[in-house]
Amino acid sequence: MVVTTGWYLALGAALFSMGAVGLLVRRNPLVMFMCVELMLNAVNLTFVSLGAELADLGGQLSVFFVLVVAAAEVVVGLAVIVAIMRRRPGATVDDLSVLGG
Amino acid sequence: MVDLIWLVPALPLAGFIVLIFAGRRIGEPGAGWLATGVMGGSFLATLGVFIDMAGRSSHDRRAVVTLFEWIPAGDLSVDIGFLVDPLSITMCLFITGVGALIHLYSVGYMHGDDGFARFFAYLNLFTFAMLMLVLGDSLLLTFLGWEGVGACSYLLISFWFTEPANATAGKKAFVTNRIGDWGFMVAMFATFFTFGSLDYVDVLDASTAGTVAQGTATLIAVMLLVGAVGKSAQFPLYLWLPDAMAGPTPVSALIHAATMVTSGVYLLTRMNPLIADSAGWVPDLVAWLGVGTALFAATIAMAQTDIKKVLAYSTVSQLGYMFLAVGSGAYVAAVFHMVTHAFFKALLFLGSGSVIHGMDGDQDMRHYGGLRRFMPVTTGTFVVGWLAIAGVPPFSGFWSKDEILAFAWNRSPVLWALGLLTAVLTAFYMTRLIALTFAGEGRYAEQRPGEDDAEAATRRADHTPHESPRTMTAPLVVLAVLAVVAGFVQLPFSSSTGWLEHWLEPSLYANEVHLGTGGATQVLLAAIAVVGGLVGIGVAVAVYMKGRIPREPFEQPILADAWRIDRSVAAFMGGPGRRGFEAANRFDGQVVDGAVYGIAGLVRRLAGVLRMFHNGMVRTYATGIGLGAAALLAWFLTRSTL
Amino acid sequence: MEVAVFTLGAVIVLSGGLGVLLARNPVHAALFLVQTLFGVAVLFVLLEATFLAAVQVMVYAGAIVILFLFVIMLLGVDRADDLGIEPIAGQRPMAAVVGVSLAGLLATVLLVAVDGLTGARGGTPLGDAGDNTRRLGEALFTDMVFAVELTAILLTVAVVGAVALARRLSGPMQPLPVVAIAESDDQPTEADDEPAGATGEDS
Repeated sequence: MVVTTGWYLALGAALFSMGAVGLLVRRNPLVMFMCVELMLNAVNLTFVSLGAELADLGGQLSVFFVLVVAAAEVVVGLAVIVAIMRRRPGATVDDLSVLGG
Repeated sequence: MVDLIWLVPALPLAGFIVLIFAGRRIGEPGAGWLATGVMGGSFLATLGVFIDMAGRSSHDRRAVVTLFEWIPAGDLSVDIGFLVDPLSITMCLFITGVGALIHLYSVGYMHGDDGFARFFAYLNLFTFAMLMLVLGDSLLLTFLGWEGVGACSYLLISFWFTEPANATAGKKAFVTNRIGDWGFMVAMFATFFTFGSLDYVDVLDASTAGTVAQGTATLIAVMLLVGAVGKSAQFPLYLWLPDAMAGPTPVSALIHAATMVTSGVYLLTRMNPLIADSAGWVPDLVAWLGVGTALFAATIAMAQTDIKKVLAYSTVSQLGYMFLAVGSGAYVAAVFHMVTHAFFKALLFLGSGSVIHGMDGDQDMRHYGGLRRFMPVTTGTFVVGWLAIAGVPPFSGFWSKDEILAFAWNRSPVLWALGLLTAVLTAFYMTRLIALTFAGEGRYAEQRPGEDDAEAATRRADHTPHESPRTMTAPLVVLAVLAVVAGFVQLPFSSSTGWLEHWLEPSLYANEVHLGTGGATQVLLAAIAVVGGLVGIGVAVAVYMKGRIPREPFEQPILADAWRIDRSVAAFMGGPGRRGFEAANRFDGQVVDGAVYGIAGLVRRLAGVLRMFHNGMVRTYATGIGLGAAALLAWFLTRSTL
Repeated sequence: MEVAVFTLGAVIVLSGGLGVLLARNPVHAALFLVQTLFGVAVLFVLLEATFLAAVQVMVYAGAIVILFLFVIMLLGVDRADDLGIEPIAGQRPMAAVVGVSLAGLLATVLLVAVDGLTGARGGTPLGDAGDNTRRLGEALFTDMVFAVELTAILLTVAVVGAVALARRLSGPMQPLPVVAIAESDDQPTEADDEPAGATGEDS
């Protein structure tokens, strides 16, 4: 039996869906962030495996930039969470619905 | 030099911009001096252009100076450009010259007013608009100035807007002018439709070439006349002008003597080829309208007690003369009278302002009397203005009025007779004004009806009449000199002394009528006019100074009430008119607004449905994104060659 | 051998993901996240992306997760979440629908796609395991140097933004509006305050 690219892609799809579901059901903003990281990793995996399939370095290069953007996003996101939590300790995202119409 | 014509309107505009933003900081009297200075500069620029133009031969005296393209829209292309020709330069000369004097006068008159800088900002803006009106090289630019002076007259008439009466007068002027503006706009539309251009050069040349159908020319000319009637306060749209006296007196002098009200005459003179092309009854209409207004307003002026109201109706009457001249084909005489009138009426208005200033704001002539002892300069200059308007030779009014009457005789003796009657009445009411104000014994200290002793005593103690400061009397003196000598620019003795006629020739396209009457008839007509004026003066002296004739027959209540026209219009508007307005209002409220609100309500209800999706819950939004992503994927799948 | 490694990696990844999804305690979730990231790193090695595998471990597992844990400890939000209740009606079933449909559709799309790849093969040569890092570096600092500079700017902006957001402002802090909470459950303190406020206005 040989591990084909399809296997990696199916795994990526599963991991991505898992992250998406986590984002929808969890209420702790930190955990929601972790779920976003899961989704990003699923995409990274897809990039690298397709890059291997095409024998192209582009997939790995894309991952590199996703990594950097993810780092920046985490930094800003966590700062926002810190700012919110200071004012309202223990808040969940459902409590922050003041922008509702 | 001609290329520098843009300086003429640009300087007042610059003055306005500086004053409107920094006027409060500049304060008094700096703001006034700045405004006067830019007007002086503007006058000097005009003078330079005038000297340049005067040195040229007659066919060379027309130039279009284009600054930039303003409205490029399909076939319509309007430039910001100036038409420099004898007519516009003549207008500019007295607008900037008299305007500068009035600015100078205002420095003294508006002393201590809270809105000092604002006043001068408006004055500068007004002058700018007026200069755009006369200098614009197309009907649209003239219309820009036309609306500009309308807006500025609103601002200036209701300058002391805390008094409801002043604000109402401003609104009245504005609304009445709108009716005239409608005529102007229709004329503009018809002009563009006919000629494909709004530029004076194109329109007038095409019209002179005789390519216009008579019906079209008639329509345009009549619509222009409607516009001119509104702006130049002719019957029946004169109603705003007497009320406009609510503004400060320099405003009355600037707007209602020298500038804005002459714009109607200017427009008709400018468009003279179209009038020449139109049906024969159009000039007749203009002439009869003019002479009718002149006589009508003169009768009203006989019985007014407010010094400024007398001058206001006198202005309406004199403008009627100018229309009579235009209708008689005497465009030179119209411009001539416009110039002399600008001088002597500005002088009279400013003189009345000086009197009002000296009487502490009192405008009722019944309270005046004997002011010659307190105000020698004002009295002297006022007398010059009086002689000029009454048509006493050799003062300027005599020459211009005489020329108009000669042309009126040429047109129809009836027109001449009515014009002569108006001249007699003019001499009468102006003499009455002089007699009541300056001659006789002072009545300012007398007890007035409805006033008890204590009030009269406080008033007596509060002030006595006094002469105005030098910034106010200096313009009076200059204007008085001009009112004396202005008549010499157009002397009827021979064709070589008609300098104004030669100068204006390129603007008139040979549409000026030539007198068919001989020299002897002219002399006789002039003699009759002088005698008529002297009769008017004599009767007024007998009534108001000697007291030999009772004054009651001359001061009919119906005249004091301006033939009840104002009141009738107000009654009509308050009665049937109001019901019409209310019906229109109901239509607006129920049908128009109903449609608007109905659509708004529909949108609101739809938005209420969408609003449920926007609940502020981040996770709900995320669900939406997830569903959307899934739907997109499904769409991709259906599109693929699966 | 390869199948065995892949299976091991897949199990690590999926169990870690499931752990993040279900762990009640945020600290546990973070640790499960580390497990997933390690699993992904293993798969990267298997795909001969050695440099990315190292970066994955160092940056993701090393830096980002540590940052998560740091924030959890800083804010003291390490108490367990109550996963038994769901305030938004229908959120769980919707999440299930989204998850299942996404998984199914994504897998289908990707598997369809990989059967008919249209991209040019070997546009930028991949290099073998030993050569991978050098190739990557060359590509990043020649062809992609502009993008790299942009990400540098992005990181700088992010750092500045984070400092600006998280710094402690002087003066009393404004409490956040409590619309949702006030609507969902009545708070007795507010109800008590209202009559007092009303009398205050009357006097």
